[in-house]
Parts: sequence; structure tokens; C-alpha cells
Amino acid sequence: MKNAILEFLTGLRSLFIGMRITIGQFFKPTVTVHYPHETLKIPARFRGHIELVRDPATGKAKCFVCKLCEKACPSDCITVEGMKPEGAKRKTVTNYRLDFTKCSLCGSCVEACRDGAIRFSREYNLASTNKEDYIMDLFKRLEAEGGIQTPTISSGDAQGGEPQPSKATIPSTTNPHTDPASAQVQPVVTAQPQLEAK
Amino acid sequence: MTLHLSSEPFRLALFLVGIASFVGLNAAYLVWVERKGAGRFQRRPGPTEVGFAGLLQPIVDAGKLLSKQIVLPTGVDATLFRVAPLLMMAPALMSLAVIPFGESLAARNINMGLLMIFAFGSVNVMAIMLGGWSSRNKYAIISAARVVSQNVAYEIPMLLVAITMIMVTGTMNLNEIVQQQAGYFWHWNLFQLQLNPLMPVTFLIFFTCMLAETNRAPFDMAEAESELVAGAYTEYSGMGFGVFFMAEYANILLGCALATVLFLGGWQSPFGALPGVLWFLAKMYLLIFTVVWIRWTFPRTQFYGLLNLSWKILIPISLVTLVLSSAAMKLRLL
Repeated sequence: MKNAILEFLTGLRSLFIGMRITIGQFFKPTVTVHYPHETLKIPARFRGHIELVRDPATGKAKCFVCKLCEKACPSDCITVEGMKPEGAKRKTVTNYRLDFTKCSLCGSCVEACRDGAIRFSREYNLASTNKEDYIMDLFKRLEAEGGIQTPTISSGDAQGGEPQPSKATIPSTTNPHTDPASAQVQPVVTAQPQLEAK
Repeated sequence: MTLHLSSEPFRLALFLVGIASFVGLNAAYLVWVERKGAGRFQRRPGPTEVGFAGLLQPIVDAGKLLSKQIVLPTGVDATLFRVAPLLMMAPALMSLAVIPFGESLAARNINMGLLMIFAFGSVNVMAIMLGGWSSRNKYAIISAARVVSQNVAYEIPMLLVAITMIMVTGTMNLNEIVQQQAGYFWHWNLFQLQLNPLMPVTFLIFFTCMLAETNRAPFDMAEAESELVAGAYTEYSGMGFGVFFMAEYANILLGCALATVLFLGGWQSPFGALPGVLWFLAKMYLLIFTVVWIRWTFPRTQFYGLLNLSWKILIPISLVTLVLSSAAMKLRLL
């Protein structure tokens, strides 16, 4: 009997403790990012679909159609075509087809690339109702970008298969992202650190 | 006298429209309050897109529900299936007729007000049971069985508390009960410890039973989404479901209004001055906020826990309060 009463009283007390905790949360600010209206900064090492890298010297794609990425791809998503212009030493890419419907973002192509001519993009707004939208011509995408390509950590001379971790974790303030999707709002990398910071 | 007689039908019509719109608007906007509250308790903003702070959301939802077809599944008892939502809505509307919102603001000031509310309140159980049973759906039938055992179990402590209150107030007229609590807030029945030393406990029992009677979390066994789809409402679509949903909020409204009248002094102000309908609404919405607060704090109880709470804890304690208050009455008479 005594135990039952004690159990009841401790149980009752725990109910009020629980209610105190929730009302505490009620008056704290919300942590929601209102997605279409505001977006978070995409982290530097975000693995979106691949994209071609522009050679800063020539302004053209770095890719010279060695087709190592094509061979490295486990799901056969990549088809590269190129041609050799008159008098040039290397081939240049004319068509780089990525079938994103099959891509699992494993990154084998980026690892395989000898010259750092492909890298992960920071594209994530990829929803579509049309399957054809996912069969991308990365060469045309690069051409459409025009001369402006954003400087990122994987471009320039620090390029290689695997980006160095120490460089990659440099906060995005030293490596300004001008990606239109992530250009807005907060200088935070992900939602989680923001939560912990408060 | 003739003037009084002729104005009476207009007064009743006015109150009919008033109560119907009060319940309708409250049911719609309590959903908004619930969703906003749920959001804030989880540090989300809740609805934000439709109108300022999502204030038009209930109207959009109502429009959606109204435009949907009411599907009648094969094998249902068509009459009962259609009648059940109305059977749940009507008692709540009728009971609000005797709630004194202000000193002279009640549709009907009848001497048996409290009795009438409990009499109509018991129809509620039958409405959900009929809805679940006539649906011909296994989840709905499980839910109907749960509703009956839950509401029967919780009606007992609730009525015991009501008897205690009738004993200490000596009347079933809700307006008189409020008038007895005039003055500062320690005159409210909640703090009348000389009438019954366990008065706050009595209030807690009443509030808990009210949650269980209206099938609110943590006692929402009838509608346990994660177990029973939508419980008794599984087969309802469109406004059939909408009326059930509105009735649920109307019942919460009624329960909180009754708790305000019985324990928190109704339209009496806590400082002895300026009594009025605003005090009543403030107290009632505070209780409704507590209902939302409780919902987003506690997980759903298991069914045996629910019944144990009623039969092993609430009924004995409410019997004790009944005995204590009768002893207190006897002592005062001596």
C-alpha cells in the first residue's frame, strides 16, 4: 500500500516535471528554416551530381576525354564524347552525358579523374516530374554558365582525386559560395550546429 | 409581461445563432491553436503559409472538407453512419445553452443546468460507438469498444466529482454556482478548502476525466492514429469527418467552460471587481491551452493504464473527496 502510494506520488510529480519542460520549450525561439523562402548554406563538401570543371587558363572545360570516369562508373551513367581540334595536343569534350536517374553519387568518377576535370556540384533543388530532366548534358551546362564559374576548393591547383580534408573543412567564409541556391541567409553549414549553438 | 413573452423567441434565436457560430469559429480556430501550439512545443512555427501566421488555414481546411465527397463504404449501416456525427455535435451545442458566459449571458438559465450537461454528455459515447460500429471496419469497431469502456470508466469519477460540487454548492444552477464564487479568487471553488480540504485534487480529477471523456491525448485511445488509422472515424470522409472533428473541439470547449464555471468562478473577476464575459473567456482559453499543452507533453497511455488510472486511482480519490466534503458539511452544521 505504502509502495503504491509512493509510486503514485512520484508518477504525479513526473507529470508536472514533464509539463514544465515542454512549456520551457514553448517560449524558446523556433529553429525551422523556412525552406523555399530561406535556405541554408550548402557545406563545402556537399556531394551533388557531378559537373565539369573549367580550366581558368583557357576558359574551356578541363576534360580531355580520357573516359576514365566512364569506365569507373559502376552504373554506367556517364557517356563522354570529344574531338581533337586542329593543332591541339589534347582532345576536348563536346558531349558529357550524365544519366542522373541511375547515379548513386558514389563519387568513383571524381576519384578516377586524373586531372580534376569533374567535381561534385552543390545543386540540390533537383525535383522534377519529367524523367528527361535527369539526363543532363554537363558540357552544355558548363557552356550555359558562361565565363563565370565560382571558385571552390576543388578548383585550382589543389586538385586531385580526393580533396584534402584539412582544406575541405575550411569554413565557407574563406571560400565564398556564390551558388544562387545557397546565396542567402545564415553563415551556418548545417542545421545541427545551429541547434547546438543555442 | 406581454413584451417579455414576445421577445423570448427572438432572444432564443439570437442565442441559437450565437452559440452555433461560437462553436463553429472556435472549432475551426482551436485547430489552428492546436497546430500552432504543437509547433511551438516542438520549436516549429506551425502553419505559416496561408494568411498572416497561417490564420486563414482553418478556412481553407474547412473549404477542402466541404468540397469532398462523403463516401459511403459498402456494408455500412447508412442511416447510423450519417447520423453519428450529428449525434456527437448536437449534445455539445445543446449543453452550451446552459453555460453562463456572463452574469446575464446564458441562453437558458435553468435550475437543472449541471444535470442537463451530464445527461447530454453521455450521448457522446454512443455517437462515437455508433460511428465506429456502423462503419464496418475492424479498426473502427476496436475503437468503438475502447470508447465505451473508456468513457464508462471515466464517467464515474467525473460524476462523483460533480456530486461533490453539487453538495458543496447546494444547487445545479450554473449561474448560481458562479454567483456563490463572487469576490477575490480565493472565493473560487478551487480554493474553498473549508468546504473540502481536497478541492484542488477534485479539480485535477475533473480535468483528467474531462480529457478522457473528450478523447484527448494522452487518453485518445478512440482515435489512436498510430494503431487504429483514425479509430472510429476511419471510414468518414469530407464533412462527415469534419463534423466529428468539430464536435471533438466543441466538447473540449464545453468541458473547459464547465470546469471554469464549477471551479474557477466563471465570469467572476479574480480581484473582486469588474466581473464579465472576458474573464470567463480568459479562464476558459487558459484551460484549453492547458489541454493542448498536455497533449503535446505526454505520450498516449496504454489501455490497461488508462483503466487502472480510473478504477484504481481516480474513483477511490473522488470517493474520498465526496466523504470529506460531506464530513465538512456535517461539522459545519454541528
